Amino acid sequence: MYAFFAIVRRDLRLALRKRAEIINPLLFFVLVITLFPLGVGAKPMLLQAIAPGIIWVSALLAAMLSLDSLFRSDFDDGALEQLVLSPQPLSVLVLGKILAHWLVTGLPLVIIAPLLAILLGLSAKTISILLITLLLGTPVLSLIGAIGVALTVGLRRGGMILSLLVLPLYVPVLIFAANAVEMAQLGLPVMAQINMLAAMLVLACVLAPWPTAAALKMSMS
Amino acid sequence: MTIESFFAMGGYAFYVWTAYGICGVVLVINVLMPLRQRLSFLQELARKQQRQQL
Amino acid sequence: MKFIPDPIGKFFHRMASPPHFYALAGQMIPWLTGIFLVLLGYGLFAGLYLAPTDYQQGDSYRIIYIHVPSAWMSLFIYIVMALAGAIGLIWRIKLAEIMAISSASVGASFTFIALVTGSLWGKPMWGTWWVWDARLTSELILLFLYLGVMGLYNAIDDKRTASKAVAILALVGVVNIPIIHYSVEWWNTLHQGPTVTKMDKPSIHISMLIPLLTMAVAFKFYYVIAVLQRARLELLQRERTSAWVKKLVMEQSK
Repeated sequence: MYAFFAIVRRDLRLALRKRAEIINPLLFFVLVITLFPLGVGAKPMLLQAIAPGIIWVSALLAAMLSLDSLFRSDFDDGALEQLVLSPQPLSVLVLGKILAHWLVTGLPLVIIAPLLAILLGLSAKTISILLITLLLGTPVLSLIGAIGVALTVGLRRGGMILSLLVLPLYVPVLIFAANAVEMAQLGLPVMAQINMLAAMLVLACVLAPWPTAAALKMSMS
Repeated sequence: MTIESFFAMGGYAFYVWTAYGICGVVLVINVLMPLRQRLSFLQELARKQQRQQL
Repeated sequence: MKFIPDPIGKFFHRMASPPHFYALAGQMIPWLTGIFLVLLGYGLFAGLYLAPTDYQQGDSYRIIYIHVPSAWMSLFIYIVMALAGAIGLIWRIKLAEIMAISSASVGASFTFIALVTGSLWGKPMWGTWWVWDARLTSELILLFLYLGVMGLYNAIDDKRTASKAVAILALVGVVNIPIIHYSVEWWNTLHQGPTVTKMDKPSIHISMLIPLLTMAVAFKFYYVIAVLQRARLELLQRERTSAWVKKLVMEQSK
């Protein structure tokens, strides 16, 4: 447990030194959402109708782009090797790294999302649902994504293959989260979707660190 | 049933035969490709061995 | 090993040795091909000729005899691939690794066939080539999963490492497939309503069922043939420096 928090603290401190890694996915998120009205036309009704999808697809892509920084620097400077060899269970350490990574890349997305939702004309109540889905959904994206990064971290050009590995696995999160926001817009109950997202988060927390740890050991050998 | 009506597939000939055709082509390629690759790989190995013996 | 009778244990031990597997697979392929062709011939004859025309869909329904078995195979092969990968991962059996990666391309082909035939069936039924129907959509995502597995395998140079990576990915995929399938189904009922249930067959007549099952069994045989064929190539490439491959090449070039 101590090791877990030590990892989280270390990674947070490192991330605060390299602010670009926090800012870049955030900028990407904002930019993609700005592109949509320019692409489909600034019709308020249309934008409102597709806003849940736009925000969630953009969040998905931003989360995926930020994944590379999860293990990259530790892989390059050899710190990852230390982690793999350390006596602590690797899956716990990996969970700590994922948590720290989410705090610096996922949480900012959640914080800035209401602003973008206002630009797309969502109501206050819908925005609160959007926040809940993002809070529950983006950690799942980080957890699933970690498996993909761990598999590709040793490759020189892992970026393209990473999206192919990770995006299909993101489908359930996208479906339930975007749908919850859509239903909230129509004033319908969304508890079922929220519960599904919460269940996926719990499941991902329990299951995802194992293959991630196994994949890291494989990438190191 | 005549031969023509069999091939006409009740007016759906294009869809039915395209589907079966694509299926057949994909399945045949899937078996022949590794077969050909293996044979050429064996030949390549044989050539290498001969060169080593010389 | 105590629970397994000795001859069976020995059989598996021998099967797991590359030269034996290579030779045995080579001997089995002609027989399997024979059985496959007989089954295929009967399945096609019964499906395209003997089976009656559907009163609703006319003759276009006959695509079912390749579409549905391919869809079944696409899922079945993914599960086999993950199982083989797991066996390779746990017991470090080289052949299981080879079986896993050899399955990927066959599975991807069946997924592709299921998609294309579904689209060709959909055109006369729905009037468009593509409908975001639950089954087609999950099949499409399954194709991406297969492509991911194949892409990852090709991206890693060391094939032993690549096999491990593929096994981990396939296992993750197997856990996710039911979740993906369920979510897509749920998404579909919300967005589309029950308009696309034409493809569902609540009660299928026996004269249509027999060719369907025959084709399904034939495809299973095809899978074994294709996977053995590819496994032989994989095996040869990986073991190119070993003594038995050298001996094999010597004997063949004589």
